[in-house]
Amino acid sequence: MRALTWQGTKKVSVETVADPEIVNPRDAIIRVTATAICGSDLHLYDGVIPSMQAGDILGHEFMGEVVETGSDSTLTKGQRVVVPFTISCGGCFHCRITQFSACENSNPSEKQDMSEQLYGHPMAGIFGYSHMTGGFAGGQAEYVRVPFSDVGPIAVPDHLDDEQVLFLSDILPTGWMAADNAGIGPDDTVAVWGCGPVGLFAVQSALAMGAAQVIAIDHYPHRLELARQLGAETVNFHTSDVREALMEMSGGIGVDAVIDAVGMEAHGFAIDNMLDIAKQTIGIGADRASALKQAILAVRPGGRVSVPGVYGGMTDKFPLGALMEKGLQLRTGQTHVQRYMKDLLGMIEEGKLDTTFLISHRLPLEQAAEGYRQFRNAQDSWTKVVLKPGG
Amino acid sequence: MRHDHPARWPWLALAGVGLAALPLAAAAAKRRGREADPDSAPGHTARRSSGEYRVVGRSVTIARPRAELYAFWREFPNLSQFMANLEKVEPAGSEPGHHTWHIRTIAGQVRAVDTRIAREVDGELIAWRSTGDSEVDTEGRVTFADAPGERGTRVSLIIAYKPAAGAVGDALANLARQSPELQARHDLKRFKMLMETGEIATAARTRAEHQRETEEAR
Ligand SMILES: [Zn+2]
Ligand SMILES: [Zn+2]
Repeated sequence: MRALTWQGTKKVSVETVADPEIVNPRDAIIRVTATAICGSDLHLYDGVIPSMQAGDILGHEFMGEVVETGSDSTLTKGQRVVVPFTISCGGCFHCRITQFSACENSNPSEKQDMSEQLYGHPMAGIFGYSHMTGGFAGGQAEYVRVPFSDVGPIAVPDHLDDEQVLFLSDILPTGWMAADNAGIGPDDTVAVWGCGPVGLFAVQSALAMGAAQVIAIDHYPHRLELARQLGAETVNFHTSDVREALMEMSGGIGVDAVIDAVGMEAHGFAIDNMLDIAKQTIGIGADRASALKQAILAVRPGGRVSVPGVYGGMTDKFPLGALMEKGLQLRTGQTHVQRYMKDLLGMIEEGKLDTTFLISHRLPLEQAAEGYRQFRNAQDSWTKVVLKPGG
Repeated sequence: MRHDHPARWPWLALAGVGLAALPLAAAAAKRRGREADPDSAPGHTARRSSGEYRVVGRSVTIARPRAELYAFWREFPNLSQFMANLEKVEPAGSEPGHHTWHIRTIAGQVRAVDTRIAREVDGELIAWRSTGDSEVDTEGRVTFADAPGERGTRVSLIIAYKPAAGAVGDALANLARQSPELQARHDLKRFKMLMETGEIATAARTRAEHQRETEEAR
């Protein structure tokens, strides 16, 4: 089959590789009909995530048709399914309390050591996202082996097309959980840093949850325009002082909740970026966390801080004092996709959520490398790329 | 016969500090006046070695009933399903609790280790040790305890072994390509996977790749 493979920093290519097979009883093989490039794929592309190996197949946002099932799979051939990016067994302690992205059994035992050392606990398995999270082949390919196919994939009705449901695999539930983690109430003002796909879905989710006012922060004009179309007010951090703008826009109280949908690649948000960039370049894994630092200063005392943005290492000059003295709550984490998928599918079916507005480009899988380049370098106009294998 | 000497727990005595939290070791520790130590941390987490023997230990919580886990482990030939460097375990002779473990070494050789069950408490504890006829001096014990609420069972595995020396040559420390600590940890995680999910996680894309990986892990 054909698959998009990582070959080194800023180097990806579509290659011919062996077709996947059923290996464990609960596996299924999916023929991919649509798959997306994610902002977090750019972390792999940029080489800032450790434990990548040349030849790794990328992609954690995908859906398709079931073509083969293991003896313990509950899927049937021909079913159309969307697959969550996190791999979860359904039976361990964390899965049972619906903290699916902390599954204890999906990352092979010998692959758990690295994250266990770094974080104190091992990470769960994730498709196409380095060997730290299992080294599972991803979905930017014609076929994928899906472990625990009886727990993760959700069947989608025929009358919804791929583009309406594809984002259930990651960014829609991720944006939703970001808003959920922000504990939004009806009179709340919520500020969202980053109008990439997750930020935009967080804006949409916060409004759906009844926030009185949502303020989106970015510097790309087109992305800010998309946020306004969803019903947000916007602040361009190139032209305004963000903290002062937020104070004024919230009537001097400060925003009730903040969402950092930028993560470690935050650029342009503050001066200390330069220092952080230097450290990242020499490889000690200091994350650039400017958006988060700014969000913590902007949120009102007693407010909530939600972090869907991805971080992998450490950061310094973290405003710990502001966190404590203002009595903030901080919630974050990889998304418990399986917890939200069913309800969100329902909302898509009822027409309450539309995610297709985000898609700016559709490419055949063969042009995936070009998709990465453009998505990386032309972020204003390339908001979301959907790849179609066999297309 | 060796099992006629129930009081012989050489490493447990030697390892009195490291195993202070274990019931058997507690008796030895008490004799040495260590009963005043109020710390609850398991002995195998101690920051010091335990005499001549090295002790590795690890606990996991498995969301399955205690009796089920105990029964699976008590059937020693099952152990090769999740212990990566174990080729197989087979009954030795007609005496119950007497087994031969076939353990792979780095060079791809297989060494036979003769073990006897040293102590067992139904549903709670299984301990085994190598017999005097074995080339390897090792003892192990696994305990099963109900976890709080609906969490299942806490399983603790402790293995003591005498690091390689003299005639033993490539004793346990060199038996596996991984350190015994890492090996025990990985083995216990695989046990948990097998019990909770019915399979052991792998990222292999093809059965041939899976086969290769399984062999490399050994
Ligand atoms: Zn993603
Ligand atoms: Zn799990």
